[in-house]
Amino acid sequence: MTVHSRPGSRWKGALAASLVLASSVVSGLAHAGPTLDKIKERGTIKVGVGTTPGFFAPDSGGKWKGFFVDYGRALSIAVFNDPDKAEFTNSSPQQRLPALQSGEFDILLSGVTVTITRAFQLGFHFGPTVFYDGQGILVRKDLNVEKAADLDGATIGVQSGTTGELNIADFFRKTGKQFTPVTIEDTGEFINALESGRVDAITQDSSDLVGKRTQLKKPDDYVVLPERLSKEPLAPAIAGGDDRWLEIVNWTVNATIQAEEWGITSQNVDEFLKSEDPAIQRFLGVDPALAQAIGLDPKWAYNIIKTVGNYGEIFDRNLKPLGWDRGYNRLWTDGGLLYSPPFR
Amino acid sequence: MSADIDAGLVRPPLRRFSPARVFYRLFGTPLNAAISLGVLLALAFVVPPLLRWALWDATFSGTAQDCAARSGACWAFIGNKLRFILFAFYPPELQWRPALVVGLILGLIGFSLWPRLWSARLLVVWPLVLGLCWLLLSGIVVSPRVSSNQWGGLPVTLFVWSTCFAASFPLALGFALLRRSRLGLLRIFAVAFIEGMRATPMVAILYVAMLIVPMALPGGAFLDKTVRAMIMITLFWSSYLAEVLRAGLQTIPRGQEEAASALGLGYWRTMQMIVLPQALRVVIPGIVNLAIGFLLATSLLAVIGIFDILNAARAAAIDPQWLGFYDEAYLLVGVIFLLLCTAGSRYSRWLERRLAVASH
Repeated sequence: MTVHSRPGSRWKGALAASLVLASSVVSGLAHAGPTLDKIKERGTIKVGVGTTPGFFAPDSGGKWKGFFVDYGRALSIAVFNDPDKAEFTNSSPQQRLPALQSGEFDILLSGVTVTITRAFQLGFHFGPTVFYDGQGILVRKDLNVEKAADLDGATIGVQSGTTGELNIADFFRKTGKQFTPVTIEDTGEFINALESGRVDAITQDSSDLVGKRTQLKKPDDYVVLPERLSKEPLAPAIAGGDDRWLEIVNWTVNATIQAEEWGITSQNVDEFLKSEDPAIQRFLGVDPALAQAIGLDPKWAYNIIKTVGNYGEIFDRNLKPLGWDRGYNRLWTDGGLLYSPPFR
Repeated sequence: MSADIDAGLVRPPLRRFSPARVFYRLFGTPLNAAISLGVLLALAFVVPPLLRWALWDATFSGTAQDCAARSGACWAFIGNKLRFILFAFYPPELQWRPALVVGLILGLIGFSLWPRLWSARLLVVWPLVLGLCWLLLSGIVVSPRVSSNQWGGLPVTLFVWSTCFAASFPLALGFALLRRSRLGLLRIFAVAFIEGMRATPMVAILYVAMLIVPMALPGGAFLDKTVRAMIMITLFWSSYLAEVLRAGLQTIPRGQEEAASALGLGYWRTMQMIVLPQALRVVIPGIVNLAIGFLLATSLLAVIGIFDILNAARAAAIDPQWLGFYDEAYLLVGVIFLLLCTAGSRYSRWLERRLAVASH
């Protein structure tokens, strides 16, 4: 989810980028008061989301569903004790960053990659990484390819105008192997090219590839290689200038990770209320001292887990049906990258 | 017989179907025969797979799994998602509002197409009905309120289109007149505006509405995204419309204006009573043509995250429950646009004929 340039929209990207830079000069004027005051005054959190299956997509009733959407609901519980006070708005990749700066959104949960320029030049703050994404390769199983370097001499479909095109070229130059890139404009064409055998493999951010794989006629004949060619840590992004809002975002995400580490789920959270472990008592608000100290509802973490679930439940509900493997997005105790600082 | 017809000696029989004649038309000459055979061959290749996909192998009810099990079209998807594609995020329990808005706008347009009803009353009816649509969608008169980021689908497409087109009309008229003005400064302003707008792609205009306009607003002021987009689209469309109107103004000989001023009529009276009634009549087909083009252009709203009907259809196909039925979704939207645009172009042809008769 780095660039998401639409076909033939390179200039659009360039325009958006220059507008982002232009607006960053005046962004200081845009948000005078802290974000959290605005949220409480308005009574809703304005959340910017994208459109990728499993991460954010409307269901038949017009309700937003998905991995990031669940984090919006969790935030809504942390602030308002009500999962339905988050107002989701679709934001195109070209306009989401300026829209955050102009105060159109309180938070972007649209799969923004954390980068240093976004932090320094655009003045964004990022919450904890909720999803470790990266550029992947989708390949036919009968090619017996186990890692990207095995694709020597292969024909690989790349989406034009994206960083994916550059990353794969860099990768093959680095490894000294040969490949033939086939630039494919329309993302729907990706599937056709792969199924018809016009390309041996396609490469894109794995968050896109996994969704694509399920749309293949025979998904089981294809595999997304476990290797990642780029680092795309996706995190909630907020505009700078409201530390308390940032901390609420941070600890809402941490709460879902910590709950999974303790094995607390939406199903068994009530049993954990009887736990003798003082850390869990503090976490679930049985001992209200911690919540009082941080100024949140004593039951905030309990309500989040009870309503939305822990990280694993959120992942399994939204991404597992699409064939996602936890991969890097496992707990640190399972060899993944998810790690919550202590709740004390 | 047919040779006499071709030679123009005999009047061809009117509206009488004759197989021999049809055969002669299609296969009468070697070239015609080759073209006909080529077309038939192409149809033989295209039509059976299309029918198989759309009918025989299609799934008409059930779930996405039922569809995946068969190779044809998944009309069950359309059945499940029709509401979403038409009304997007509008709360289902308040669905009558966008449905009523669609009816009101189509009714308003249908009403205005009838030349016998053209009068100054329309100038009052349009703002009233469109204002009512706004109140309905936003829920200002009928609670609860629905914020504009929940609007979507067909009502948004139609509302943005009709409102911006209607609002751009007076502006365009002003710019067209200014461009012909004898006051140099005003003329330069009009030329600069029209040419500047026409030299800019609509996508860039939408980005300006999205990104630049909020920065230009005084501190603390906040304009809704949809409103911002509509204001910029109105300005953009008015530049195109102004040029069409100016073309109409050019057709009126200067002599008429001079005659009017010789009779003691002022500028405004001359325009209102003599120039505009003739000029507007000339450019009606051009205006309809522009309106059809603008209807299709509303799909660009997707780039700033507004759910017009095309964007809603795309979003319908990314629901993990119903993933990837893009063909069906786009086909539905294509049919809706085709119906609207065909109606528009048929109307334009009908009107042209009628006005041609009227002007004799």
